[in-house]
Amino acid sequence: MTTEAPGARDVPSWRLLATLGVAGAVAGLLVVLVQGWAEPRIESHRAAVLQGAIMNVLGEPARYDTLYVTDAGLSRRPPPGIDAGSADRVYLGYDAAGHPVGYAITAAEPGFQDVIRLIFGYEPGSGEVLGMQVLENKETPGLGNKIEKDASFVAEFDGARAPLTGVKAGAGAGDPGEVDMITGATISSRAVIAIINHRLDRLEPLFRSYVAEGAP
Amino acid sequence: MSAPTTKREDLLRGVWRENPVLVQLLGLCPTLAVTNTVANSLAMGLATFFVLLGSSILVSSVKRVVPHQVRISAYILIIATFVTMADLVLAAVVPEIHKALGAFIALIVVNCIILGRQEAFASKRPVGRSALDAIGSGGGFMVALLLMGTFRELLGSGSLLGVPLFGRGYEPWVVMILPPGGFLTLGGILLLLGWSRQRRGPQPRVRHWPHGVATRRA
Amino acid sequence: MAELAWILLSAMVVNNFTLALFLGLCPFMGVSARVATALRMGAANLFVLVITSVSVWFLNEYILSRAPYLRLIAFIVVIASLVQVVEMAIKKLSPALFRDLGIYLPLITTNCAILGLAIFQTNRGYGFLEGLFFAVGAGLGLALALVLMASIRQRTELSDVPALARGMGLVLVIAGGLSLAFMGFAGLLST
Repeated sequence: MTTEAPGARDVPSWRLLATLGVAGAVAGLLVVLVQGWAEPRIESHRAAVLQGAIMNVLGEPARYDTLYVTDAGLSRRPPPGIDAGSADRVYLGYDAAGHPVGYAITAAEPGFQDVIRLIFGYEPGSGEVLGMQVLENKETPGLGNKIEKDASFVAEFDGARAPLTGVKAGAGAGDPGEVDMITGATISSRAVIAIINHRLDRLEPLFRSYVAEGAP
Repeated sequence: MSAPTTKREDLLRGVWRENPVLVQLLGLCPTLAVTNTVANSLAMGLATFFVLLGSSILVSSVKRVVPHQVRISAYILIIATFVTMADLVLAAVVPEIHKALGAFIALIVVNCIILGRQEAFASKRPVGRSALDAIGSGGGFMVALLLMGTFRELLGSGSLLGVPLFGRGYEPWVVMILPPGGFLTLGGILLLLGWSRQRRGPQPRVRHWPHGVATRRA
Repeated sequence: MAELAWILLSAMVVNNFTLALFLGLCPFMGVSARVATALRMGAANLFVLVITSVSVWFLNEYILSRAPYLRLIAFIVVIASLVQVVEMAIKKLSPALFRDLGIYLPLITTNCAILGLAIFQTNRGYGFLEGLFFAVGAGLGLALALVLMASIRQRTELSDVPALARGMGLVLVIAGGLSLAFMGFAGLLST
């Protein structure tokens, strides 16, 4: 990368370092300034998206609590030594009367093309999935990405009993745990179902041992 | 050293005749990656334009102060700063588009067009001329992106800027918005340009670039 | 272990850096005329990718967790310095290798694949091993795409290519075909 220009004067090393140092300092300052302006906006957007998703999959709860997943169970405080922003968590929604309506749970696993990230609502008492929303996917547009766009597929998850099983559309036996898969996108559909089942396998014991406030 | 260029030449050169993408074949990564919709092309074009203009002006302003041996590192630092700023602003103002463009906003840093212009032009010419050159190249990049984006979105989604144009019966040519579609579209445009060049017949090779610009930076 | 294998195979064929993610196109278009050169460029890329992955992991783990917005500047500075250091090391340790690889190493700094790897690795929150497998998969995938393109281009040199397609027009159409073929790998790794 270093090409010598003809007739380059012999520049003292301190001058080289000083130039880069000053440049670095000015660069850092500029970035910090813009970051200060942008950060609150980015954060509020992120929070709004998350809140929208939780509202969507839990059926508009009046409020929700954040619970962290630790080895000992669910807790209001993040596990020690782990940054709160990156700790695994679920959201417990309450209705206007203060009764818990269910958990909103995020999960991510590889799908057909790449990782699928979704959020779903779950009520441990009845074992029912309350709703599902795909947050991020890179599946094939027009086929696999129907898992996000196709309203009838998304509606299949409302009230489905866990553990879920995927069946070809119209071929099911009417079982409460059955979800009709998208024709032409069975692998992506199956991935969504598997993501929910795997996540519930892991979290179900924690739900059973957690006593939610306001629960009868 | 070739004859000095006029202000008008500096401005217009990059837009079509020496278009950074279609003629010089630089900056291909973002051109292929983000042109699956016109909106994304527009956003990427604007972001790159901002970075190119800002860094050209800054590089030209400090060219006497920066020692020769560290100039590449200094330019990269300047470009990276502008890109970080553009990234933050896009994330704050249009978060959906920011998500769609993803890592490619940050990859503007290594867009060969920008470093190429600094090295070949902005580091040797006065601020005003560097600004004109940046506007021309940035404009040319935008032209290429919009051309690709229009073609790909029209065929691949049947819409332009999200507005469906063909009615419900249209079966979109999905491959156009997928990676092969990017390659084939750009290839098609280059074939078209090659064909028109062939039609015009052999031309005397007149280079209007100031010295040093013609080096193709990979 | 299965997850690491998924990361490697995904980066190598399912989401190939060049043919699916559009990274590393500049060397792909410019250097892929001969299989021997393509192999060397691929090897150099793999080497730099692995070193970058480790450095980025180190940076993210210990330094950048407090100032994520300075990430880009830090990455590009580290990559540029790394390539410089690697170039000097190879020059000293193996002048023959340096002569073979020499001109490609500086080109790697502006190769979007290296910075792209740093960004993807950070965004996906890969740990040390995962980042390593990701880098190896990406490097192998890049080399694969380069070698495939080079072999096809070597064949076309003896063919009667119409004047309008000579040069990059033909290369891009071939790349489109390769990309289409690689789409067949999608779904390879799903259960």
